[in-house]
Amino acid sequence: MRSFGRTMPPHLRPANSVTRVMGEVLLALVPATVAYVWYFGPGILFNIAVAVGVAVAAEASMLAARGKPVATHLSDLSAIVTAVLLAFALPPLTPWWLTATGTVFAIVFAKQLYGGLGYNPFNPAMAGYVVLLISFPAEMTRWLPPSGFDLALEQPDLLETLRYGLTGQFPQNLSWDAVGGATPLDQVKTQLGLARTVDEIRSGPLYGDFGAKGWEWINNYIAIGGLWLIYRKVIRWQIPVAMLAGVILPATLFYLLEPGSYPPPSFHLFSGATMLGAFFIATDPVSAATSDRGRLIYGAGIGVLTYVIRTWGGYPDGVAFAVLLMNMAVPAIDRYTVPRAYGHGR
Amino acid sequence: MADRPGHFHGGLTLPAHKRQSTGSPLRTAAIPEVLIHPLSQHVGAPAEAIVEPGEKVLRGQPVARATGYVGSPVHAGSSGTVVEIAPRPVPHPSGLSADCVVIRTDGEDRPFEGYDPLTNYRTLNAPALRARVRECGIVGLGGAAFPTSVKLNVGVGLRSLILNAAECEPFISCDDTLLRHRSEEVVLGAQVMLHALEIRHCLIGIEDDKPEAREALTAAVARIGDDRIEVLTVPAHYPSGGERQLIQLLTGHEVPAQGIPADIGYLCHNVGTAAAVARAVLRGEPLISRIVTVTGSGVSSPTNLEVRLGTPMANLIDECGGYTANARYLIMGGAMMGFPLERDDLPVIKATNCLLAASEEDIRPREETLACIRCGDCASVCPANLLPQQLQWYTRANDFEQVEALNLYDCIECGCCDLVCPSHIPLTQYFRYAKTEIWSRKREREQSDHARERFEARKSRLEEQARARQRRLAAKTRALGKAGKDEAARKAMIDEVMQRVRAKKKTDEDQDKGE
Repeated sequence: MRSFGRTMPPHLRPANSVTRVMGEVLLALVPATVAYVWYFGPGILFNIAVAVGVAVAAEASMLAARGKPVATHLSDLSAIVTAVLLAFALPPLTPWWLTATGTVFAIVFAKQLYGGLGYNPFNPAMAGYVVLLISFPAEMTRWLPPSGFDLALEQPDLLETLRYGLTGQFPQNLSWDAVGGATPLDQVKTQLGLARTVDEIRSGPLYGDFGAKGWEWINNYIAIGGLWLIYRKVIRWQIPVAMLAGVILPATLFYLLEPGSYPPPSFHLFSGATMLGAFFIATDPVSAATSDRGRLIYGAGIGVLTYVIRTWGGYPDGVAFAVLLMNMAVPAIDRYTVPRAYGHGR
Repeated sequence: MADRPGHFHGGLTLPAHKRQSTGSPLRTAAIPEVLIHPLSQHVGAPAEAIVEPGEKVLRGQPVARATGYVGSPVHAGSSGTVVEIAPRPVPHPSGLSADCVVIRTDGEDRPFEGYDPLTNYRTLNAPALRARVRECGIVGLGGAAFPTSVKLNVGVGLRSLILNAAECEPFISCDDTLLRHRSEEVVLGAQVMLHALEIRHCLIGIEDDKPEAREALTAAVARIGDDRIEVLTVPAHYPSGGERQLIQLLTGHEVPAQGIPADIGYLCHNVGTAAAVARAVLRGEPLISRIVTVTGSGVSSPTNLEVRLGTPMANLIDECGGYTANARYLIMGGAMMGFPLERDDLPVIKATNCLLAASEEDIRPREETLACIRCGDCASVCPANLLPQQLQWYTRANDFEQVEALNLYDCIECGCCDLVCPSHIPLTQYFRYAKTEIWSRKREREQSDHARERFEARKSRLEEQARARQRRLAAKTRALGKAGKDEAARKAMIDEVMQRVRAKKKTDEDQDKGE
């Protein structure tokens, strides 16, 4: 007689892993990162480096404090994804302490204090971003113009970026006054307030072929990364499609009603964080609805809220707030979108 | 190409691992020196031994009779002498031992002549056919081992008989082999069943990755020339062979959650069961052998064997060239739903469709479980369209009310959710735990409810008795008052009352003791 090892059914093992999911998300952001550097200089690389370093340190110390196996949980890469997504939302020239503050809030407060990965009701990156936006509005809205906007202005090089990021010392040939420092969404909002028409604003140098200059291409590459994630089955189509539809529908409606006062839907799609939100933020499974139908509702809610906040709210972009608001609605959505189980009446 | 009137939600396309065992032709395993026949190898009450140690038995002779309606007899696998009737380790998820009839074979394999072939079955009625199926010990050979005669007794008005040849689990190929070599038996079995059920339509569902078996089957149907029998192809997509999933694939209808297929006019049997029915009715052969797939990279030359029930599993491994160096697990059934065996001296039973000797490559060790990230992949592959993620959440919280509200009992434990979980959560184990937990809690609650009811009933009865005594006493006291000054009458009355009270007290005590 021979005896055998124990195994419980099913005996086959999963091929997928959280590490693979998170790794593919990071990979999908590479094209957009390159585009970002092209249009706004190497600032984002510095931001990513600071955010990732702080996130890993914060995650590791929180895990240790909570008595969890540090290496196992760090290797799921979720802290790094949060850090990179937060870095993507920050202006290219951001002092290190700002990035660090946002990251610590995201990892420690929005994630670990709720119980770590899987237990956080809010998207940690967006929670960290919103804390920064509310606490440091000046720093958070100082954007460089995209390259090609003004030939006299050169993007700061790596050294200048580092010097600013670490010490706050501005590049010699630049000053905030010279670079203007507002995003296109911001400008549209301000100028519409000054009773200028969309056409007049759009003829300005900040605007590109279908969105805002630079931004439109970054959004494009983010969307390409997102489509790749759908193709790789890392995310499913419901949330991105619903969120984009949630932006496009009201934008189209108002644009058709009053083209002079409302920017066209293409502008909304390819400006600000629309694509990042649709493919990378709203699709964070932990804080999103879980059923297919629930995801459609959740995504559409984020899309509509984004448009509402952008158009009538106090902030130029609304993705972060829209995501956090819909995060709160998730338990209710989940409760009312339980699919009909096999053999149960229609 | 698949003929698809319907499709089911979710499921997985799995690596089949079937070629390993279908490469070589069907062989017949040698009759072992010792046959071990467990008395319980079916759903329902265990059979009762009807032979004594020392008794000579013939091949196919009943050695145990069915007890209870849901039950099945057991027959000797070959001729020989009964050695003992005693507990032996048996293949069961619990790993416990159970009573077995142990037979030392004499190598002569002399047959028992107790069952006449019923070639005239078309002149027999349904009860007579069911009786034959029952006395021949036929149970579902797809793995569930439910007595076939009970299942055939579903009453009238069925739409179709469905024969399951999907065989969707990785590694198992015994039905495939049966169809390649003995399709005719399956078709004849279908005809017998149609007659017993008094219906005129039979659907046989087979997965599209078994072209040889399908061809053999359609050829057999054509040869026999029965246009009541229809062969349909379903996609090779696990768990297409689940009863409810197959019915949905073949008919587009869903079996009601609390119901059985007969509620919507269908009856589902495995093709192996149909062949066994044909042999029992047409040739008078009880169920004493079956085809077993012996496979996995833990065995030298995987194949399918025709095996006498009761043969020790180790013998089958020897027939297949023995274990390879990396054999590590032994599983009865497939790689998804089969259960692990701790040893290989267990007998082949009616439900043994596959013996999977697996290596570390076939079955990798489980990776560390991480927290659920709510990705919902589990829900998208669930063939019952449940929310495994929510179910595990509430199971972990011991919130079984929610677990039931989310239809845990519709879970068929197919294991799809486990296989796609990026956090490697053993979901199927959670659900098995939740099911037994809910079940045992219910039983506990029923028991305590029952005890409380008994207690309260007794209390109120005693109170009522006390009140009655009080009333009688009061009446007597009043009567005594009226009796007045007559001393003798008064005394007589007191005596009488005292006597009655004593008698009453005695019966009360007896009653209390009796409880």
